[in-house]
Amino acid sequence: MTTLTHGEARNGNARNEAQALDGKAIARRAARRRTTLVWIGRILLSVIVFGGWQWFTEVGWVDKFFFGQPTQIWDSLVKLFTEGTAFGSIWENIWVTMQEALYGFIVGTLAGAILGILLGSNKYLAAVVGPYIRIVNSIPRIVLGSIFVVAFGLGIFPKILLAAVLVFFVVFFNAFQGVREVDQNLVANVRVLGASPLQVAVHVTIPSATTWIIASLHTALGFSIIGALVSEVLGAQRGLGLIISQAQGSFDPDTVYACMIIIAVVTLSAEYLIGLLEKKLLKWRPPNRSEAQSI
Amino acid sequence: MGDNPIRPPAAREGADGQARIEIAGLTKRYLTPKGETFTAIRDVTLTIEPGQFCSIVGPTGCGKSTTLAQVSGLEKPSAGSVKVGGNVVDGVTDGVSYMFQADALFPWKSVLSNVMMGPTLVGMPKREATELARDWLRRVGLAGFEDRYPHQLSGGMRKRVAMAAALINNPRILLMDEPFGALDVQTKAIMQNELLQLWEELRPSVLFITHDLDEAVALSDRVVIMTSSPGSVKDVFDIDLPRPRGNVQQIRHEQRFIELQGQIWESLKDEVTRAYARTAGAA
Repeated sequence: MTTLTHGEARNGNARNEAQALDGKAIARRAARRRTTLVWIGRILLSVIVFGGWQWFTEVGWVDKFFFGQPTQIWDSLVKLFTEGTAFGSIWENIWVTMQEALYGFIVGTLAGAILGILLGSNKYLAAVVGPYIRIVNSIPRIVLGSIFVVAFGLGIFPKILLAAVLVFFVVFFNAFQGVREVDQNLVANVRVLGASPLQVAVHVTIPSATTWIIASLHTALGFSIIGALVSEVLGAQRGLGLIISQAQGSFDPDTVYACMIIIAVVTLSAEYLIGLLEKKLLKWRPPNRSEAQSI
Repeated sequence: MGDNPIRPPAAREGADGQARIEIAGLTKRYLTPKGETFTAIRDVTLTIEPGQFCSIVGPTGCGKSTTLAQVSGLEKPSAGSVKVGGNVVDGVTDGVSYMFQADALFPWKSVLSNVMMGPTLVGMPKREATELARDWLRRVGLAGFEDRYPHQLSGGMRKRVAMAAALINNPRILLMDEPFGALDVQTKAIMQNELLQLWEELRPSVLFITHDLDEAVALSDRVVIMTSSPGSVKDVFDIDLPRPRGNVQQIRHEQRFIELQGQIWESLKDEVTRAYARTAGAA
């Protein structure tokens, strides 16, 4: 551009525009190529993993009796959906597990959020209860599942309870921390403007803790499903966990894998819903800069 | 901004004395985590007349912010007293607004809701509060930004929102803790001019903390120099530059400004050096 002669300079503007357009087209093409490459890589990876699995088990290097085989997993998946299970249709079982996880999730999240906010905003209570919470947190809580099954039987209540206990601690600690991290300037500001303690909670503490609570919901969701499943494995009349434990008893790894796939699909859809909720509640947040891709 | 109908100053009639701040023998000690007592300010005595713009200048850590916290009633003095309008401050003082260096805006509220906070908290109906907030956003030149979130604004714009939020309740007393400390020089000058304009309309008593001596002289009726820690009042200078001050950037070149600035710096210099020697020694 520095060596433009007079004649060229007149056309300079038009050419700059053309170059800008060109630049845009190049950038778009580069972006498209990038996504294509990413997708090729992804497909290749799954082909290698599942193809390798299929091949190794087919040839006999890996025993398919113990480790299953992708095609057999597919077959048992189809069977689960067409023929159903020994405990009613697969949909019924999915629904039971989901119900347990969902109720557990709701109960655990509410309890965790409320208690976390209460303890976080009350120094005395926090000091009194703090050590106990830490002790309870260090116990392997999943074992409580056995106690719940013994105490409350094979219905869905002990499952909800275990899921709720697992969820509770995740949400509780985040809510507690969220209250602690409240901007003290903000609190001072509203207090000077004449806010009552309740108004401080409504306008500052709770919204500020909400960010933290929502961040914990993804983990909490995973825990609620684990809680429900483990509890079902320990003893149930229905549910995916029961199908898994039955398959285990009859040396049928393919059905176990098939159930894992079903759970993964359900979890991913629930994650998506939480993502939507997050977007709605946290729309005030600056966009994540790492999401912008460099070309 | 100028052609807006100025809200009649609420409860201003005959209530001038309400805005007098009398600080007498104010001492504040804190307990450090190690169990020692730390004296932040000692025996601060100071009177701010109603409608006066008073700046406090002093070295870092001399207890300027502590003094402000006692006036607002957010903290209780260890000894001495603060009286606002003749009443001893006990609990949060009525009719006070705070402005901090870090803009204390609600990141999860829109600009409009942020400005509405003040009226909402004192129980104004929502519709009126919205109207008032819109009016104030116009006054600080942010009409059309009502629905933005704070993170979408520049530093100067956020400062304006904070200013509108602080002034919307028509406070008797405005406490400002290095409000423009984090701004770049140009934005700072603009904000200072806007603050002076708004102050001249509403005339609250202002207690303004700053490190910037130029800023203190350009804005204030009175500049208080505090000693390094424990803080106490070292000198008080009355600034006799005529009001309205006009553009703060031009006033800096006037003869009287330079004289005053020189005198005050003489007083401040020793304290700054002493505070610096202390921190450098500690490090």
